[in-house]
Amino acid sequence: MSLGSVPLKYKISIDRDQCMKCMRCVDNCSYGVYRIEDDRIIIDSRKCTACHRCISMCPRDAIMLKERPVDYRSHPLWTVEAREDVINQARTGKIILAGMGNAVDYPIIFDRLVLDACQVTNPSIDPLREPMELRTYIGKKPSKLEFTKNNGDIELTTKLTPNLKLDTPIMVGHMSYGAISLPAQLSIAKAVAKTGTFMGTGEGGMHEAIYPYQDHSIVQIASGRFGVDIDYLERGAAIEIKVGQGAKPGIGGHLPGEKVCADVSCTRMIPLGSDAISPAPHHDIYSIEDLAQLVRSLKEATDWEKPVFVKIAAVHNVAAIAAGIARSDADAVVIDGFKGGTGAAPKVFRDNVGIPIEAAIAAVDQKLNDQGIRNEVSIIASGGIRNSGDLAKSIALGADAIYIGTAALIALGCRVCGNCYRGLCPWGIATQKPELVERIDPEVGAQNVANLIHGWTLELSELMGAAGLNSIESLRGNRERLRGYMLDQGLLDVLKVESVGA
Amino acid sequence: MCGIIGVIDRTMSRMDGSSIKEALSLMDERGSGEGAGYVAYGIYPDYADCYAIHVFFDNLLEPKTRVDEILKQWGRIVHQEEIPTYEQPGLKKEHISWRYFFKPYTDLMIGTTDPDDDNVKHLVMHVNANIEGALIFSSGKNLGVFKAAGWPEDVANYFRIEDYKGYIWLAHNRYPTNTSGWWGGAHPFNLLDWSVVHNGEITSYGTNRRYVEGHGYQCTMLTDTEVVAYLFDLLGRRHGLPSEMVVEALAPPFWDEIDKMPPKEEEFMRTMRLTYGPALMNGPFAIVVATKDGIVGFTDRIKLRPLIVGENGSKLYLSSEEAAIRTMDPEVEKIYMPRAGEPVIGRVTE
Ligand code: SF4
Ligand code: SF4
Repeated sequence: MSLGSVPLKYKISIDRDQCMKCMRCVDNCSYGVYRIEDDRIIIDSRKCTACHRCISMCPRDAIMLKERPVDYRSHPLWTVEAREDVINQARTGKIILAGMGNAVDYPIIFDRLVLDACQVTNPSIDPLREPMELRTYIGKKPSKLEFTKNNGDIELTTKLTPNLKLDTPIMVGHMSYGAISLPAQLSIAKAVAKTGTFMGTGEGGMHEAIYPYQDHSIVQIASGRFGVDIDYLERGAAIEIKVGQGAKPGIGGHLPGEKVCADVSCTRMIPLGSDAISPAPHHDIYSIEDLAQLVRSLKEATDWEKPVFVKIAAVHNVAAIAAGIARSDADAVVIDGFKGGTGAAPKVFRDNVGIPIEAAIAAVDQKLNDQGIRNEVSIIASGGIRNSGDLAKSIALGADAIYIGTAALIALGCRVCGNCYRGLCPWGIATQKPELVERIDPEVGAQNVANLIHGWTLELSELMGAAGLNSIESLRGNRERLRGYMLDQGLLDVLKVESVGA
Repeated sequence: MCGIIGVIDRTMSRMDGSSIKEALSLMDERGSGEGAGYVAYGIYPDYADCYAIHVFFDNLLEPKTRVDEILKQWGRIVHQEEIPTYEQPGLKKEHISWRYFFKPYTDLMIGTTDPDDDNVKHLVMHVNANIEGALIFSSGKNLGVFKAAGWPEDVANYFRIEDYKGYIWLAHNRYPTNTSGWWGGAHPFNLLDWSVVHNGEITSYGTNRRYVEGHGYQCTMLTDTEVVAYLFDLLGRRHGLPSEMVVEALAPPFWDEIDKMPPKEEEFMRTMRLTYGPALMNGPFAIVVATKDGIVGFTDRIKLRPLIVGENGSKLYLSSEEAAIRTMDPEVEKIYMPRAGEPVIGRVTE
């Protein structure tokens, strides 16, 4: 029996009086919404993903896009999405895939935390006139200073292990070549070099085009070990072992064969057109001891010259896991929250597994502090950080720095349409199709991403100045500068934040 | 606001408390009658090798019995008495001030190079966090803190501080803005030999507090200043940093300045900042810290609070106001203002 089709999601229409028939919409839409028949533009709204490419390219503002009104019987439990997912699965018997971040309407904790500002007794600091220090070092720190005294002269015996020096606590997280296009990755690489910070290469190896920016790159090792050889390790300014990802904790990665073009296959060191599947576990890590060994092996391979990070997804016992990682030789723990983006994930994982980054940072920070080792290891937070307010709050909850992902892609054009896994991204980001890829000019893209980082950096300085702080060290873990608004006591206790008015 | 003043006689000759009382009272404009206090070093020569433990008791029944018990468990009470006080019309007596002269049992604290101090530190934290109605506010050897919620002159007269003679004195007049005026919240704050007076607010308090709490300190005084005493104890006593280095950790040079230093110094400061980032203090402050060997005064890195230095022979003065120094010592010779973050140190010269 046929189940028929589900209703379309978006409705596109063209204001024919405005339209000048330039055909840019036809050329720009990679999903095939528009076609020409007898000199007339015909619209197939069913194919639309709301990527907004056509709208932003139309010189006449002639295109209108509407989310289609619900035309099912309304029901509080059986939402449209729930019904359509059942219909689609009844038809295919498959796992439902989804791109970008968690799309469930969970409350956003960031929006229920408010920052503090000085008044009267405690002057605000004006970042335009006073120095404001955002410089952040990521890596292991000594627990105490060791030195010797020779007739009044102090000789340091403590030697620092290598740290990454960031001019601003904003980095761009790991998005591999393969998942995103080369110009997208190149834009990000140029942007981080411009702004004195770092980007992650993702698990796809490092393309030659990124070599000039390798000093600003963190190379990643995922369970698939794609693109990993000694040359790759040596190119990175730091190395990151990816255990888990916020959008899909507990499962591996999957790059569909269609995205594996010649260049990707070469960079990843896999056959052309083959699916690149990273298994859920690393097959050499089944315990914290195994992880510690891998950390040490990577350090040994690179002469102990590079910091090694370990990335895990935010899950409920994240604090205990992070404490274990901190006690290995790892230099930083990366925690990716359940609002993190992704190219493709089973929808059921993306929307249901993991915990919010806000709670994860606070819990990890507290656990490490209780053990007296918080300052000895860095915490990098990611997963759903949308603006400089979220950034400041992440640091006040205990992060040293953050990774942005989706925000950087939005700076390159992404409109969060959630169709990345189809490889047809009309903005040239999540695709390898040459005609789409060329839509990104890496110079322009780099400027956009750099502008974003710069803008957030300025805002962070202002927020710190308002709170009477002139160095980022004093914002880190400073819960005094945060208050919870309409949060329950249980969560306030985990965040270690007092309520507004307290 | 808040007014601070400190003096050290580097030859260790002792001064009575009358002139510092006068100097502090001159700065009444900087207070609100909600807290004042004094600390003097060298006041208990007869018990110089005992820890002088000053306690506020709400009553002498249950809290005192519990404190007696715990002190006896951890050491020997050599002598104890009520601290003499003299009723003042402008000061409402809220607590009974008591002092113990105490010797800890050294063998009870194992695995530390500093068992006596660690023992007493542990006792202070334990009593203040767990025994309701008792607050240890002074715990060093041969020194004592005297403080209450009131105007400087009332507090001085209440304890009759001119009866005490010390070679270092610090005093503080409080204008509370972040917590209410209560006896425990008045300055100086003390732990072991460290005493702190502070004018300003520490905006990094949350970070600093978390850092010391991660190293076994409990913040119970509800105000930002106590954390300074604990930072000095952690960095100065337990990590063995000299006072100048503690100040460098708490108010370090800016990165721009560090970058311009010669390589060896640059490495030193960078290592210091990375190691002690969470100890860095932010916000407007002028602080004077005393220990038995000297005093150190410093301000925040952009000097949002005043600090004036005066010198006269063996005496070094540090205060919020020049007038206060001149009140204390009309003959004072050299008056100057240190740069932001620069420590001014007066050390005993034996
Ligand atoms: S892009 Fe706009 S103006 Fe051009 S054809 Fe399409 S609707 Fe018409
Ligand atoms: S990257 Fe492209 S496909 Fe993915 S959400 Fe953004 S616009 Fe859509």
